[in-house]
This record gives sequence, structure tokens and C-alpha cells, in this order.
Amino acid sequence: MPSLSTLLSLFIDGASYGMILFLIASGLTVTLGIMRIVNLSHCGFAMIGGYAALALVSMGLPLLAALPIAVLFTMAVGFLLEQTIYRVVYRTHEFGQILMTLGLTYLMVATINLLFGSLMQNILVPEALNGVWLAGGLTISKYRIFLVAVSAGVAVLLWATFEWTMFGARLRAAIDNPRMARASGIDVGRLLSVAFAAGCGLAALGGVLGAQMLPLEPFYALKYLVLVLMVVTVGGLGSLKGSLVAALALGLIDTFGRYFVPEFGGFVIYVTVFAFLLVRPRGLFQNA
Amino acid sequence: MRKPENTIGTSFPEMRSALRTHRFGWFEIVMLVVFVAVYYLLPGYLPLATQVAIMIIFAISLDLALGYGGIETLGHAVFYGIGGYAAGLYALHVWQEPISGLLVAAIAAGIFGIVSGVVVLRAKGLTLVMLTLACATMVHEFANSMRAVTGGDDGLSGYRIDPIFGLFRFDLFGRTAYIYSVCILVVVFLIARVVANSNFGLTARGIRSNAQRMQLLGVPVLNRLVLLYAISGALAGIAGALSAQVTKLVGLNTLAFTLSGNVLIVLILGGIGRLYGAVIGSIVFVVLSDRAAAIDPFNWLFILGGLIVLTVWLAPDGIAGRFSALTQQLLGRERKS
Repeated sequence: MPSLSTLLSLFIDGASYGMILFLIASGLTVTLGIMRIVNLSHCGFAMIGGYAALALVSMGLPLLAALPIAVLFTMAVGFLLEQTIYRVVYRTHEFGQILMTLGLTYLMVATINLLFGSLMQNILVPEALNGVWLAGGLTISKYRIFLVAVSAGVAVLLWATFEWTMFGARLRAAIDNPRMARASGIDVGRLLSVAFAAGCGLAALGGVLGAQMLPLEPFYALKYLVLVLMVVTVGGLGSLKGSLVAALALGLIDTFGRYFVPEFGGFVIYVTVFAFLLVRPRGLFQNA
Repeated sequence: MRKPENTIGTSFPEMRSALRTHRFGWFEIVMLVVFVAVYYLLPGYLPLATQVAIMIIFAISLDLALGYGGIETLGHAVFYGIGGYAAGLYALHVWQEPISGLLVAAIAAGIFGIVSGVVVLRAKGLTLVMLTLACATMVHEFANSMRAVTGGDDGLSGYRIDPIFGLFRFDLFGRTAYIYSVCILVVVFLIARVVANSNFGLTARGIRSNAQRMQLLGVPVLNRLVLLYAISGALAGIAGALSAQVTKLVGLNTLAFTLSGNVLIVLILGGIGRLYGAVIGSIVFVVLSDRAAAIDPFNWLFILGGLIVLTVWLAPDGIAGRFSALTQQLLGRERKS
């Protein structure tokens, strides 16, 4: 049995990993909840954000200054795509949507490959966040704590927006029943555009902050897509709370699984998800 | 909001095409002529043509599940990979005879189709898509962690394959491999045709149109879908086994998400639910990706991605769909005049 400090640091690793997954997945679950569109490009937006920050950092900007610019940039890209290509995507049948967004992901991969090359890239962490804290035999990476803090803050902010603002109320209405929401005068289309752009921004935030755990490479958009989709499905479509719980659980299960049964590596998490979906096909918090 | 499904059921032209069974049209003849012509005219491209043949088999198998049964899957590569590994392991440990290798692979993939189908096919829509994806990823990770058996990242290799019927050895130029693959393709095409045109195939189409109604008509929907899934899986397993026997290598990429995505693209390019769409799609896809990769190895995903987006956008029924719409238009005009 490993020591308590090992368990604790595993826990922190798993939690920060889970929070990154949550940031990336949160936008997807909202758009999925409203439009039922399996947006396979969503991870691509996390990648775009990550690479945008990388470009800014390599131009000499500190990471914390590059972060908001990268997020805004990704939101702009997401908004543009939503206004153009996704308009077509919405109109096609369900499987066409899957294919079109897959094609879009390929285009993103190719673009990143063209601009940045195929090597794995790392965003340098600022000095202040580099290093570890030592507390009674326990070593905690400062950056991980920073990650957990920031993403917990974002999660609280999201939750507050969802629960307490008019915008959140409209979103919830649209997720519950888009037709009814439209009938009661909510502009669901515009709502979706805003939610889509915001989701892209959140994904970008996850992509930038999580670049240490999910290293940037052109195939990022496909490599972590399965994981993010699982978070959304396990959490239940359209449920932010579900995504949060699912992301944390998956992050922890994966981290502990790799530590305790290393011979099975990433296998544990997929078995868990598969078994879970069989028992609860609509996820943790089913909404629709 | 999506429009509700067509609940009236099979429209008349669809019914007519469904009842026009077991006839061989010009398409089959052209296909055979092309395959023979390639052998004599383009001997340098036989390995590529073999890839095309294997991809056609794989796409046909997906067409049975997706086009006829409406089983939306993002994890069809799981059967391809299982077939490949089964054939590779069989050749490595049991017997190097190729035909029995194909059968073993088909049985292995078919059994996996039944087992996974029974649990997965209860779900519908997005959950089904996710379950097939999770299932495939699970097997992928499993093969990755069973390094001692599968070779992990390095792939499975080091086996040899005996001459076919003890007569035709696999030569360096890929001639035997090509003829072998085309023969298997013909057999698979015939099997798929029979399945698609049988009563069972019609039932599957009925389920795709309206599963609830079929249930009410007394069709054991889940049973039928599982059977269809298993047949489709077995055929995909044959494709994977062929690839394993011809290339003498089974990599982890045979189980990967990218392959599942690619075969879907092939099918949507060609056209779903008409078998020969798989043929057209495979030819276009494999040749195009080979050419694009040869011209610009780093940026060929641009072409592929652009192609997918444009196809779904402009020709949602695929090339075959466009084509048959065109011919129907022409025929209609002739009749009128």
C-alpha cells in the first residue's frame, strides 16, 4: 500500500487532469444539449487555443498575458466557423454532422501541421508557477495547484451564470426543450452561437492550461477527442454538473488506474466508461 | 430541431429497388473488367490496388451495418483489427494456411460482433455512437497493453503465410496478393448482396426506417440487429485478415479511431446503402489519399478534410447517389419524350 502522501499527490494529479477535461468538455456539453450535434471538432478548438498561446509565448509574451488573447482568438475562430460551416452542419442528417465535423477536424490538424510542424510542443510555465511546494514529505507541483484553482474558479463562474443569470435560464430552457424555448420567444439560434463561442473559449482555456498534461501536437484534436466525448456522454448531455463530476471521476480513475495497474495502462478507464454507459445510457444527470 | 423520421415507411421506388434482387447489372461487369485490366495494364500499382480491394471489403461490411441496418457506429475498426490480429496470431501459432486464416478471423470478429452487439445495440442515437467508440477504444487499449501477445506499439509481425491452396505463393510484386484479394472481394460482395437482398436484409431496412413499427409487427428487432452486426463484423474481420496476410504486419492502427473514421468517409463518399457505393468510395479514397500523400506527405489531410466537408455538403448521398439520381433523371426524360 502506498503512503498517504503518494495517494494525495496522485489525487491532485488526477483532479487537475479531470479539471482540464472538464474545461474542454463544458462547451461541448452545452452545444450538444441544445442542438444534439456531435461536434467532433470541439477538441480542435482546445488545440487552436493551445497553439495560439504557444505562438504568443514564443513571441515573448508571458503566459498569463497570452492566455486571454488566445482564448479570445479561439472564440473568434469558433464564432466565424459557427456562422459559416456549422450552418451547413446543422442542416444535414445526424451522421452527416459527425462526418462533417470530422472533416473539419482534419482540416484543423492539417492547418496546425502546416503552421507549427508535427513536433510535440510545450508551453513554458512562468517562473512563479514552476517548481514544487514541500509540505511534510509531500511534494506538490505549484502548477497543478494553480490549475485546480483556476478551473475550480471557472466552474463556479459557469455554475453561477447557468443558475442565476437570465442568459443561463434561457440556456437551460433551450437545453430542456428547444422548441418550447423558441415558442416562448427565446432566440435559440443566437443563444447557440453565443454558447458555441463561449464553449470554444473554455476549450481553449483548457488547451492552454492543460498543455503540460495533454501536450500540443497536430493530432491533439483527434487524440483527446474520445476522452472528451466520454466525459460528455457519461455526464449526460447538456449537464454541466454531470460533466464536472464525470471529468473529475475519469481523471482520478485514469491516474489511479495507471498507478496501481500499470500493465493495463489506459485500459481501465475505457472499461469503466463502457460498463457505466451500459447501466446508465443517458449518463449521470440525464437531461433530455 | 431535426425533422421527424419518415414514418410512412418504405417509399415506392425504394421498395422497387429492394425487390429487384439477385440480378447482375453492368456495374458488376465493369468492376470485374476494371480489376482484370488493372492486373495487366498497371502492374506497378498492384499493391495499391490490393489496398483498394481490402478497403472495399471493409466498406461493404460497414454498409451492411450502417446502410441497411442503420447501426451508427464510430468503432467499426474494432472488427478489422480483431480480424487482423486473429489471422496474424493464427498464422504465428497454429497454421500458415491463408483461407482457414480468413475463416478464423471471420469467426473471431463475428463472435465479437455478437457479444458486443448484444450489449451495445440496445442503445440508440448518440449513446450507440459513443458505445461503439468506447468499445473500439477499449479493445485498442487492450491490444496495446497485451504487449506479449500483440506486440503492442510495434505491431504483430514475423509470421509467414503458406501458398494459397499450396500452389500460389505470395510473390514480391504482389501479383498473388492482388488476385487473392480480388477473389475474396468477389466472394464478400456476393455474400453481402445475398444478405442485403434476403428477407433478412429487407427486415433490416425496415428496422432502419422505423424500429418501433417493426417491433410492433413482431420482428425481434434486437436479435436481427445483432445478427446483422455480427455478419458485418465477420466481413470486416475478413478485410483485416486479408490485410494482415498480404502485408505480413498487424499494427495497432488497425484498431484505431482514425480507421473507423476513414471507412465512414469512404462510405459517405461513395454513398450509403447501395453496396457499390463502397466500391466507388474506396477507389476514390485510397487512390486520392495515396496521390495526395505522394505529392505532399504533410498536407494531404487538407485534401481529405476538404473532400469530406464538400461531399456531405454538396452530395449527401455520395458519388453513387449523385450518379443514380443523374441516370434516373436521364431515363425519366427519355421516357417522357
